[in-house]
Amino acid sequence: MSKYIDTGKKDTRSGFGAGLLEAGRKNPQVLALTADLKGSLKMDAFAAEFPDRFIQCGIAEANMVGAAAGLAIAGKIPFIGSFAEFVTGRVYDQLRQAVAYGKTNVKIASSHAGVTLGEDGATHQTMEDIALMRALPGMVVLNPCDYNQTKAATLAAAEYDGPVYLRFGRPGVPNFTPEDQPFEIGKALVMNEGKDVTLIATGHLVWESLQAAEALEAEGICAEVIDITTLKPLDEETILASVLKTKAVVVAEEHNMAGGLGEAVAGLLGRALPTPVEFINGGDRFGQTGTPSALLKAYGLDAAHIVEAAQKVLTRK
Amino acid sequence: MAKSIEELRQFSTQVRRDIVRMVTLAGCGHPGGSMSSADFLTALYCNEMKHDPASWKRDGKGQDMFVLSAGHVTPVYYSLLARCGYFPVEELATFRQFGARLQGHPSVQKGLPGVYQASGSLGQGLSVAAGLALAKKLDGDPERVFVMCGDGESEEGQIWEAGMFAVHHKLDNLVAMTDWNGQQIDGTVASVAGEGDLEAKWKAWDWNVIVADGHDFAAIAEAFAAARANKGSGKPTMILFKTDMGHGVDFMAGTCKWHGKAPNAEQCAEAMKQLGETPLGDF
Repeated sequence: MSKYIDTGKKDTRSGFGAGLLEAGRKNPQVLALTADLKGSLKMDAFAAEFPDRFIQCGIAEANMVGAAAGLAIAGKIPFIGSFAEFVTGRVYDQLRQAVAYGKTNVKIASSHAGVTLGEDGATHQTMEDIALMRALPGMVVLNPCDYNQTKAATLAAAEYDGPVYLRFGRPGVPNFTPEDQPFEIGKALVMNEGKDVTLIATGHLVWESLQAAEALEAEGICAEVIDITTLKPLDEETILASVLKTKAVVVAEEHNMAGGLGEAVAGLLGRALPTPVEFINGGDRFGQTGTPSALLKAYGLDAAHIVEAAQKVLTRK
Repeated sequence: MAKSIEELRQFSTQVRRDIVRMVTLAGCGHPGGSMSSADFLTALYCNEMKHDPASWKRDGKGQDMFVLSAGHVTPVYYSLLARCGYFPVEELATFRQFGARLQGHPSVQKGLPGVYQASGSLGQGLSVAAGLALAKKLDGDPERVFVMCGDGESEEGQIWEAGMFAVHHKLDNLVAMTDWNGQQIDGTVASVAGEGDLEAKWKAWDWNVIVADGHDFAAIAEAFAAARANKGSGKPTMILFKTDMGHGVDFMAGTCKWHGKAPNAEQCAEAMKQLGETPLGDF
């Protein structure tokens, strides 16, 4: 199977920071806005190089969304950054009216998503944001898997004309996709070819799925791994081509069941290609305090659980 | 060329006729706040804003821009846009009809000229206007951004977030107006949530605050002149226009009952009689 090398742990939010800086150098219309989380969102380098294009909004997320909409109407490309919960659930109506319905070219940079935010606990760990953002008509939803891909996704978001939700995380995680691989919005990536089961994953769980595929290979099970870089629009073609071959699916995401990738894939397969599916997600729960790795394990989101789910779905073929 | 007070009075009378007729035709809509804000918005569109309806583009570059934060008062908004030449006056008859560009609340989905942003969910327009004003500063565009909020709407926390933001970023090219009519859906603003002293509140937020009679065209002109003179001060301007809900028709005035209610045919006829015809003509 394809071997992916962890070139060293890096946080995906730093990938965003690097992408933002590069996007800012390429296009003078790119702006960065934050609600008192410049450092957490890794906007420091952008703010240092482009002080006039860095806009501090204070702890007032609702106003940040509205101001970004105004800036976008006037031709700017504003990236608004905060923790995933505070830039989705807290400002849902603002994103709905001022950004999605208002058709403004605002980019939502959503850091610290999922339980891997860690010790801060459930108030800061959203497992519902993908559902909220998928529900908005016209919203593009991206969830890259590592540092390199997050940097590339940020550049792609800056070039795309329309609202984009860009989800990434806090902890250092393996960086394993090629540097400078272009990011195509709406295109899923087949990370490993297989024939027995398809592991469909997004964000941090792509690496876990690749680890699971290696473990399954040792048991003689050949798993195909798909990296869902874009949750909306979903790359139905790539998913169906794989499932037609394997006839068994595991969907893995650092998000709850309701409205997540699992339901999106189940909806697609129910309509186009009925197939047994097992789900790796948070279920219907809030997060809690803990280390990222302990939480991944406790919420059943790590490679070991993906292996179990693959074994189970194979019995249902 | 600037309109005389008499011409403005005539224009706003026609706007009020449009408001009542649009809402009557649609069988629903928001006449009360439309009529309270009709005079100062007429003065704004006719005499104060630098705008060119024929070359309108959503980015508003090189133009003064207006955002309607209190999105429900579409009757006054659409009437003014049509009568200033943004779209045909006849289109006012499509207000709230299926497929119309004149949606119940302002929308950009169908590209209605003159509308920069969707609104209706309250409290958001001041933030949008602040963003537009900031963009003009960043681009070296000397023109200004105007926005209208309601006094009931000012119960929304986001209004006060935007208030801090505009001061912090020194947006002296931003002119906000509050239609201070003292009414909202469930009653007077004082009885529903306790509006308090808006003048003191905005002063405490460090805005340049002007209070004016929103139905006196001379006072309105003075208020706009003071706002113009404020540019360069580093402070945004808030004009608190004291108005009456439903102003211009006696049975609609001074009450919240006509916030979101349409007159029947008989009431419409009575309103037309009270307002009187103008040379501008009905749609």
